[in-house]
Amino acid sequence: MTDAVQLLVGTRKGAWIFRSDKRRKTWSADGPHFLGSIINHLVIDPRDGRTLVMAASTGHLGPTVFRSTDGGATWTEARRPPAFAKAAAGEPARAVDHSFWIEPGHASEPGVWWAGTSPPGLFVSRDNGETWDGVAGFNDHPMYWKWCPADGGTPDGALLNQIVIDPRDAAHMYIATSTAGVFESLDQGASWAPLNRNVEASFMPDPYPEYGQDAHFIALAPTRPDRLWQQNHCGVYRLDRPSNVWERIGNAMPKDIGDIGFTITPHPRDADTAWVFPMDGTDVWPRTSPGGRPAVYRTRDAGTSWERQDRGFPREQGWFTVKRQAFCADRSDPLGLYLGATNGEIWMSDTEGGDWRCIARHLPEIYSVVAAPL
Amino acid sequence: MVQVFIPSQLQAYTEGRSQVTAEGDSVAAVLDHLDRQFPGIRFRVIDEQDRIRPHMRIFVGQDRHLDTAHPLGEGDEVLIFGALSGG
Repeated sequence: MTDAVQLLVGTRKGAWIFRSDKRRKTWSADGPHFLGSIINHLVIDPRDGRTLVMAASTGHLGPTVFRSTDGGATWTEARRPPAFAKAAAGEPARAVDHSFWIEPGHASEPGVWWAGTSPPGLFVSRDNGETWDGVAGFNDHPMYWKWCPADGGTPDGALLNQIVIDPRDAAHMYIATSTAGVFESLDQGASWAPLNRNVEASFMPDPYPEYGQDAHFIALAPTRPDRLWQQNHCGVYRLDRPSNVWERIGNAMPKDIGDIGFTITPHPRDADTAWVFPMDGTDVWPRTSPGGRPAVYRTRDAGTSWERQDRGFPREQGWFTVKRQAFCADRSDPLGLYLGATNGEIWMSDTEGGDWRCIARHLPEIYSVVAAPL
Repeated sequence: MVQVFIPSQLQAYTEGRSQVTAEGDSVAAVLDHLDRQFPGIRFRVIDEQDRIRPHMRIFVGQDRHLDTAHPLGEGDEVLIFGALSGG
C-alpha cells in the first residue's frame, strides 16, 4: 500500500517541497523557499515527523541554518549556526563556507542534530538546531590538517559530506569526507579512525593509502546496519562489518559505463539491493551521464552483478548527472525511488527502477532530494 | 550614533529597511550593536575569524575597509554591500 510522500528538494537557488497524492501519481510544488539561497540539504526529523532543518547560504552571505515546525510555512534561523572556533596563533583560520549535510541524531536522542561542512567540520546541536558546537574529536584532531589539508578543495570546496549513525548504537558513527575518505567513531565523535582499506585513491602516489580517498557517498543497509555501501570518487564499494576491508563491487559494472558516480541508494527492505547513477569519469571527468544516455544500475545480489535500468530516461543527448544527496528512496510499498538532476528535473520510479518518469522540471540545479512520509 | 546602509541581501533581518542606526566607536562595535538589534545579521557579513566575508564590502563614507577596526565618529555612515558576479 502506498502513502503520500513529500520530497524535500534543495537547489542552487532555493528549496522546494513537493507533495504527492496517496498513489504518488500527482505532485504539487510548494516553493520556492529562500529563492536565491544555496540550499545544500533540507531534511525532516524522523523522530517527530515534522521538524525541517535546512542548510542555507548565498554567494554573498555567510552560512546559516533555518528550521521550520509547520511544514515550511515559517522558518526560524539558528541562533548560533555551525562555526569553527577562533584559530590559535600560527594555525590556519577556518571559517565555515557552507553546511553541506544535516543529519538527525539517533532515535534515542530527540533534539540532537549533526552537521557536516565545507571546509570539513563536524558540528552538533543538542537543542533542536538552535545552537551548534564544533565536535573537537574531529575538528581539533591532531591529524586534522593531514586529513583535511588546507589546499584540499574539490570544485565546490572540501567537504565533510556525510554523517551516518548506527541505528542500534548512538555512539557508533561514520563520516565521509572528500579529502580523507571514511572515518568511524565508537564514542559518538570523541575519537575517529580512518576506515578506507582497499579503497582506491588513483590521484595519490600510493593508490591505496590509509586516508586521502574521496568518499562521495556512504549508506547503511537499513535492514542490515553492518553493511555499508560506498560510491567513491574511484568506484563502488561494499563493506560488511566487522571486516574493515572494502570490496570493490563496481568491478562488476559494464566496462563501458564504469563505476564512477556521486551517490548510491540502498533498498530500505532488501539488504542486497542498491542503485547507483553512473557518470562519465573518463578523460577530463565530464561528470555527465555516460554517452548522454542516463541510466541507473541496480544490484540485487550485493554487488556481484548489476543491471541497467533506463526506461523512461532520454535515449540520447541526456547529459545530466545526479549529485551526492539527490538520489533517495521512500519507505512505501511499492518502493518509490527519486533522483534530482543537475538540469533541474526530478525523476521517480515506482517499479524499483524499472520505469522512470519526470515529475518536475525547470528547477535550478538540484543538490538534494529527501523523501519522507507526508 | 551612525547611519548604516543595509543591502537587499540583508533586509530580511531589518524588516525591509535599507537604513538603520547603530551605536559604536568602530566598525566592529557598530556591527556588534547591529547584531543585538537584528540577531544573526553579523555572521552573514563577518566570519568566525572576524574577517569580512569574501563577497561582502564595507565602506565608511566613500572609503572601503578590509577589516573592522576602523574608528567611527558621530555622523559617519557605514555602508554594507554584497558584491558577487556570476549566474
